[in-house]
Amino acid sequence: MKNKLSRFAVPYEIWMAIFVVAPIVIMVVYAFTSQNGGFTLENFIKMGGYTEVFLRSFKMALVATAVCLLIGYPVSYYMSREGKGFQRIAMVLIMLPMWMNFLLRTYSWITILDNNGLLNQLFQRIGLITLYNNITGRELTFFPMLNTQGAVVLGMVYNYLPFMILPIYSVIIKLDHSLLEAARDLGANSATVFRKVILPLSLPGVLSGITMVFVPSVSTFAISQMLGGGTELLLGDLIERQFLGGAYNPQLGAAISLVMMVIVVVCMLVMNRFGEGEEQAVML
Amino acid sequence: MSKELIRLHDLCMAYDDELVLDHINLYINDSEFLTLLGPSGCGKTTTLRIIGGFTTPTSGDVTFDGVRINDVPPHKRQINTVFQKYALFPHLDVFENVAFGLRIAKVPAKEIEERVMEMLEVVSLKGFERRRVDQLSGGQQQRVAIARALVNRPKVLLLDEPLGALDLRLRKDMQIELKRIQQQMGITFIYVTHDQEEALTMSDTVVVMDKGRIQQIGTPEDIYNEPKNAFVADFIGESNILNGTMVRDGVVRMYRKEFPCVDRGFAPNEPVDVVIRPEDIDIVPVEQGQLVGTVTNVTFKGMQYDIIVDLGGFKWLIQTTDHSPEGTQVGVKIDPDGFHIMKKSEYSGLFGDYSSYSEEYEELADVSALEEEESGDEE
Repeated sequence: MKNKLSRFAVPYEIWMAIFVVAPIVIMVVYAFTSQNGGFTLENFIKMGGYTEVFLRSFKMALVATAVCLLIGYPVSYYMSREGKGFQRIAMVLIMLPMWMNFLLRTYSWITILDNNGLLNQLFQRIGLITLYNNITGRELTFFPMLNTQGAVVLGMVYNYLPFMILPIYSVIIKLDHSLLEAARDLGANSATVFRKVILPLSLPGVLSGITMVFVPSVSTFAISQMLGGGTELLLGDLIERQFLGGAYNPQLGAAISLVMMVIVVVCMLVMNRFGEGEEQAVML
Repeated sequence: MSKELIRLHDLCMAYDDELVLDHINLYINDSEFLTLLGPSGCGKTTTLRIIGGFTTPTSGDVTFDGVRINDVPPHKRQINTVFQKYALFPHLDVFENVAFGLRIAKVPAKEIEERVMEMLEVVSLKGFERRRVDQLSGGQQQRVAIARALVNRPKVLLLDEPLGALDLRLRKDMQIELKRIQQQMGITFIYVTHDQEEALTMSDTVVVMDKGRIQQIGTPEDIYNEPKNAFVADFIGESNILNGTMVRDGVVRMYRKEFPCVDRGFAPNEPVDVVIRPEDIDIVPVEQGQLVGTVTNVTFKGMQYDIIVDLGGFKWLIQTTDHSPEGTQVGVKIDPDGFHIMKKSEYSGLFGDYSSYSEEYEELADVSALEEEESGDEE
């Protein structure tokens, strides 16, 4: 039976077709096109030279996702156990940075991590740098923090942490309290209740959190440019250069994007298989 | 004959100054089927949660086998619970749900297998081991919940309105099933319900509760035949409750007439509540009646007619197999053992008049329609 309301979806369908489906088709076409317009696989062959960038991007995105999970899960868990008032305040604090412009948020980290930035000034004041020099016998005037892989991962974690916390929190908060009581009733102490009931039942939230952190992390270019100083080239940077930079080559850019997309989709499929049976919350 | 297992001593429970349990004293024997019966908000579920260890009483003690267990957490009590909405683990199949407690107790795998299968046999769920729990019907989920609790061989099983979500037919079957399991395994059952019929069908002992207090403790027959006050009389079955005066032993006066009865032990001329069950009243020709009234309403109920008779402004409910048309004058006759005399209580005058008969029945009809809707959702 055709749903009568389905015609209200028409504008969205058009939108999807123009701004989602069409660009993907264009990207695929570009990826298999040479600069003078013929069919070619050269773009993909050329990509072999960038294996290192691929590996680095996925490694850093994985690290950022892992850190987000390590911070995000305990935060979500303890938040869900606190009172309603605390939960509301915590939620606002977590969301607050997201209401600020993404670039502004990331720029502000530059002033914090800079060689003469807030952190280094603080370390200087409390004598940490002198102490470090005395111990190691070096002559540092600051700790180099900006333009490192660590700074890029920090930027990713800072920007995407809410996307880890929110889905996990919303799954845990909806857990039926009687399930926890049932587990205790059947002889489980707090640790066992967590391991055998809360953790498995919150997996859907964890999976969607991982998805929502990993995907933007692996494709980011703004964070790596601002906090990595362009020294650590990531996939996002590489793609951007093919379109905007001096290395103008949209065909290659499209090919890299396509390969990245395929890898991400495959990762997600594998992960969702892993969490099979728990699929209801993955689409949060 | 049987030995005492659990004792509640002067149990009080207050939430924000609101007294939910008011000095509950109760003992529960080994292998007994005891039912806590009362309307919602009477404190029966709170009592159950205190026994299970999920709620700490404000004051008073719970003892188990003579040992005070107030501070023993639920997972260390030899008590298991069947929760109102079953609380089955959605991420585990039927087998693993039932095996949950045994796995935590680190029972050897082979024994787990045997005990789970044996338990599934008891609740007639053999062959469902690998089903997901959300693929089961309400009745099947119910039985998984019972198996999951019983497989741990608890001393006591707590059941919190376990049949509330099932339809009438299934509920009746499960009542018999539960009673059978209880007798077969010799476990103490503490059962919470608001359904008086369920309580009477299954229990060895019924505890009627209201407003956080125990109103009466007794066998189902005691509770039905000898209610202690107007609340119990009204809550268990149908009752006509009238004001009367106990003239002397064996004689009660109401409607300015004296009636012979079998009750004794009241002070001379003590004001009392008189309970007359609708099925203990005979409709007779006017000239043979002890009292005469007018039929105002007749409802066919299948087994019998519910007839409302106006006797001097007070409306009586009479259940009889003989039809009397509306508007006729009838005589009413009650045998001496049809009277039950109760001392006056705070509930006197609140119950037992059928003036609002039709509205009350409409309300009941609404509730049952709602229940049907709910059980329909379960399917």
